[in-house]
Amino acid sequence: MTIIDTILNDFFWRALVGGLGVALIAGPLGCFVVWRRMAYFGDTLAHSALLGIALSFLISVPLNLGVIITSVTLAMALMLFSHNKTLATDTLLGILAHSALAIGLVALSFMPEVRVDLTGLLFGDLLAMNRNDLLWIYGGAIVILALLAVLWRGLLMSTIHEELARVEGVPVARLRLLLMLMFALVIAVAMKMVGVLLITALLIIPAATARRLASTPEQMAALAVVFGFTAVAGGLGMSWHLDTPAGPSVVVTAFVTFLVVYGVVGRFSAQGSR
Amino acid sequence: MSEELVAIENLTVRFDERPVVDRVNLSLHRGDIITIIGPNGAGKTTLIKAILGIQAATSGRIKRARNLVIGYVPQHLSLESTLPLSVKRFMLLSGRSLADCESSLARTGVSHLLNASVHHLSGGEQQRLLLARALARKPDLLVLDEPAQGVDINGQAALYDLIRQLRDELNCGVIMISHDLHLVMAATDKVICLNQHVCCSGHPADVSHDPAFIETFGRPVAESLAVYHHHHNHSHDLHGNVIDRDHASLGSGTGDCHEGCQHDHH
Repeated sequence: MTIIDTILNDFFWRALVGGLGVALIAGPLGCFVVWRRMAYFGDTLAHSALLGIALSFLISVPLNLGVIITSVTLAMALMLFSHNKTLATDTLLGILAHSALAIGLVALSFMPEVRVDLTGLLFGDLLAMNRNDLLWIYGGAIVILALLAVLWRGLLMSTIHEELARVEGVPVARLRLLLMLMFALVIAVAMKMVGVLLITALLIIPAATARRLASTPEQMAALAVVFGFTAVAGGLGMSWHLDTPAGPSVVVTAFVTFLVVYGVVGRFSAQGSR
Repeated sequence: MSEELVAIENLTVRFDERPVVDRVNLSLHRGDIITIIGPNGAGKTTLIKAILGIQAATSGRIKRARNLVIGYVPQHLSLESTLPLSVKRFMLLSGRSLADCESSLARTGVSHLLNASVHHLSGGEQQRLLLARALARKPDLLVLDEPAQGVDINGQAALYDLIRQLRDELNCGVIMISHDLHLVMAATDKVICLNQHVCCSGHPADVSHDPAFIETFGRPVAESLAVYHHHHNHSHDLHGNVIDRDHASLGSGTGDCHEGCQHDHH
């Protein structure tokens, strides 16, 4: 216990433990974002998190809860709106993403008594992670990983071919809803780490990097976790030594890993075919 | 009469008040091969989606036999290239045993692709994979949406032949959508010509004479089909004789056939 206590008393180690926890769930969920082309959707949910924070101050509920409720509400609204074919989905998402962000900013400005670190919310404040945040992250990670393990085959099948999955009795609509709930949860816990503007990067970049090396869906999810870990550890190291902001440093490390993997593997496969 | 698998009574499906499927009645029995044909936008896909239970009916009823296992062969497998997937894994996702999956792949002639990536299959291989996946479920009813899309002309005939053999082996019912009129006509018990409503239905040879069919598809198509059937009935006489195609069409051509259908017209 004393070792754990010592570790958790240090802000750097807290940041690392928290960051690794987020990478653990962002890996497999990020794969679904990539496979189902939901990048813009994830962005919209993430941007709405700021509105969620404003609302939680207004009705005084815990921030994480406020963010989850707002994300889920928005996700449901999107599901209903997507049947309306007058606007293309990306247009609709663009409207909602930026409106939610703007409304959140405006709402926060109406509450001068609330002192929030806006830069921290937008770009993350990994080094300010406290024990309560760690509880949220690892609580969320257990729920999400358990759900993914149980629902994996159905989720995969409905991603591959939705209609075929439905014919084979997979509850596609219910799974889509659960996936959105998981996104909302991961956004709520990851917001503190990289901020609402960079969350999608943490979902997409490790998964896209993993795609280059994986030959099964499970391998891709596992590799995405590994690349997520690399990004968090590398980003924190960079932040420590170069005194750069932690959240953006994590994303930069993820991007560099992506470039390296694609560069190296590209060269190898070019030699192999010669 | 063999067991009834699906009975459709007065089925109507509307999108935005526009009927896409209009008061269709249909009965499908074990051992039947029913082919739905019709122009674009005739509601063919909507009709089979209703049969599959993934399209809600606006009115009317669909009765399915109890514990009916449906094998569905979708038009194509449009898979994101970001999702790494092997043929073996795709088959196993059906929840059947590896032995079942391997024997269905062998039955459709693609067992050599077991470890290949799903992304690197040709159109024909993909169709055979989708068919194998439907087979692995040991279906009572096989539903196919344009099974020969993206398959070359020789492969198309072989594919329809395979579907007919599978019907015999599994003793299942088959309902499919097709545009390959002349190929389908020979391999089908019953044709339904759909244009929102059922404009005509029956045995292929009868349907091609039906005024409603001629109105929907035009006289040239109808005549080419009728002539094709004539040819089909007599193909045994010609068997073994290699006949010069130009010579043959000159010999028995009736002269009023559209130029484009001469290949059907011996």
